[in-house]
Amino acid sequence: MSATTVPTLSGDRAHHGVRQPLSTSERWGAVFEYLLVVYKRTWRGSIIGRFLSPLFFLLSMGVGLGSLVDDRAGGVDGVPYLQFVVPAIVATQAMWVAMGESTYQVLGYIKWNMGYHAMLATPLGVRDILIGHLLSIVGHLTVATAIFMGVAALFGGFSSWWALLSLPVAVLTGMAFTVPLFAFTARQEGDNGFNILFRWVMTPLMLFSGTFFPITQLPVWMQPVAWATPLWHGVESSRMVATGDVRWGWLALHLLVLVAFVVVGWLLAVRSFSRRLVT
Amino acid sequence: MASVTGDDILLSATGLTKTFGDFRAVDGIDFAVRKGEAFGFLGPNGAGKSSTMRMVGCVSPVSGGELRLFGLDPATDGPAIRARLGVVPQRDTLDEELTVEENLWIYGRYFGLSRREVRSRAAELLDFAQLTDRAGDRVEPLSGGMKRRLTIARSLINSPEILLLDEPTTGLDPQARHVLWDRLFRLKRSGVTLVLTTHYMDEAEQLCDRLVVMDHGKIVAEGSPRQLIEEYSTREVLELRFDAEDHKDFAEQVTGIGKRVEVLPDRLLVYTDDGDEAAAVVHSRGIAPLSSLVRRATLEDVFLHLTGRTLVD
Ligand SMILES: Nc1ncnc2c1ncn2[C@@H]1O[C@H](COP(=O)(O)OP(=O)(O)OP(=O)(O)O)[C@@H](O)[C@H]1O
Ligand SMILES: [Mg+2]
Repeated sequence: MSATTVPTLSGDRAHHGVRQPLSTSERWGAVFEYLLVVYKRTWRGSIIGRFLSPLFFLLSMGVGLGSLVDDRAGGVDGVPYLQFVVPAIVATQAMWVAMGESTYQVLGYIKWNMGYHAMLATPLGVRDILIGHLLSIVGHLTVATAIFMGVAALFGGFSSWWALLSLPVAVLTGMAFTVPLFAFTARQEGDNGFNILFRWVMTPLMLFSGTFFPITQLPVWMQPVAWATPLWHGVESSRMVATGDVRWGWLALHLLVLVAFVVVGWLLAVRSFSRRLVT
Repeated sequence: MASVTGDDILLSATGLTKTFGDFRAVDGIDFAVRKGEAFGFLGPNGAGKSSTMRMVGCVSPVSGGELRLFGLDPATDGPAIRARLGVVPQRDTLDEELTVEENLWIYGRYFGLSRREVRSRAAELLDFAQLTDRAGDRVEPLSGGMKRRLTIARSLINSPEILLLDEPTTGLDPQARHVLWDRLFRLKRSGVTLVLTTHYMDEAEQLCDRLVVMDHGKIVAEGSPRQLIEEYSTREVLELRFDAEDHKDFAEQVTGIGKRVEVLPDRLLVYTDDGDEAAAVVHSRGIAPLSSLVRRATLEDVFLHLTGRTLVD
């Protein structure tokens, strides 16, 4: 074939000389598109894992433990246990998805396959990479939450259509973990930090953030710990909107805390990404 | 240092410096690259070649001095400059889980090329890189040479005006290197400006119109390969090996032969314009080396002369 000639280019951005700059959405979109191609290769594995573990919780806690609680105590504050616990599992699942998406893969692009470095050699910048990647995680959170909610609904996990609002709440909860986790991951050298995080942060959070029982059942000194973590706020908001028992002042406060985690996380993530990638 | 002037300068640096903490990895270097030129940085491990290339690629901030590409300052116009560069980093940054062509498509999108443009462009570049029959294969199992060619193909997706190559052929077998050199020649002939680093002398001599020799973050010499050899070496070199622990012992016996003698642990290098004649003189003095070999001087000799060290151990 014509392997002897060097191909020349057509198109605006491929002519020698000053090139037309990329728009914001083109830059974010390019990063998003890459992660979409990666996802096309890996979705089977991730969707099964993502789907099975909350399903196990649903069956064991919601259905199994639920019948016991409902028989003995008549549910939690009059709400059947399944409908009490399902909106909380929705938020908790978002935390796990966030954890799964913001650790190994991100460190991989920093350190192992250097995908971020490849991007930085092009017109893309650190903020484009961050936003493109974070948007793709919004996508993961939405898909994972929607699937789980669909299944939980079949089991009778929701009592009204208001429960649909648990979806955006769960996505926000997931992002309240994801964005600070990006900042954390960009400071890691290996996976030690992740193991500590899984074992000593995420698991206790799931157990003590009001997912399976109201935090008022905890010793008084432990309750402030729950207040300080995004999960409790996510669980409470999700439960409020799903059960229709909305106290607006509280809901606004919970959502505000989640937004604050995203905003502060963003500032930290930009800083640690820049420090790590631009040397 | 010979200065390069004119309107056709695409890349220039004055007092360019890179520090990591207190350590000066690049220590105030000056150079300029003309349009269409193949310009090389030659130096041993740790000389500061990659640090320089990363600054030129606008991915590493300049610590001191001035750097201009296309007349623009990387500190303020990084994205606009990078849109016009092709970068082959020292370590491949391919996504090995994806296919060969996916790697090209994705990268083209980073430059804002349309999907259609990226596809037709990728097909042409795969042809150029002789990877067409591997287009749909995953990258991971490909040979080192193929991966390197893919990285080069990828770096050309935006039709760059300057191509930066950091050790393009390190770690490849001789045949793979020759294939790569051939591709780089073609690029050069088509008018692409090449800036490359290497610690291979033959590579520098093959590819570079002009080069600088770097050591410890500084430029120690500059010129065309021929000029450097003429200036810092002789036309030919007589290599003598003896049956000895230490070749220093034999250095005295050959003094006066040739213009200069360099003592290495395993051989003596006699610098002379006529190697055969020097060999004859050695013989006539009754010195009996295990082997004697006359060769053309190379940049290796230049480097040895300038720094007192060999370039690759
Ligand atoms: N990010 C960094 N932080 C600290 N020191 C660094 C960093 N990058 C490079 N260095 C140091 O700067 C010096 C020059 O490194 P550089 O990679 O530029 O050399 P090089 O000429 O490319 O070498 P090689 O032939 O091994 O690729 C080395 O001593 C290296 O350890
Ligand atoms: Mg290097």
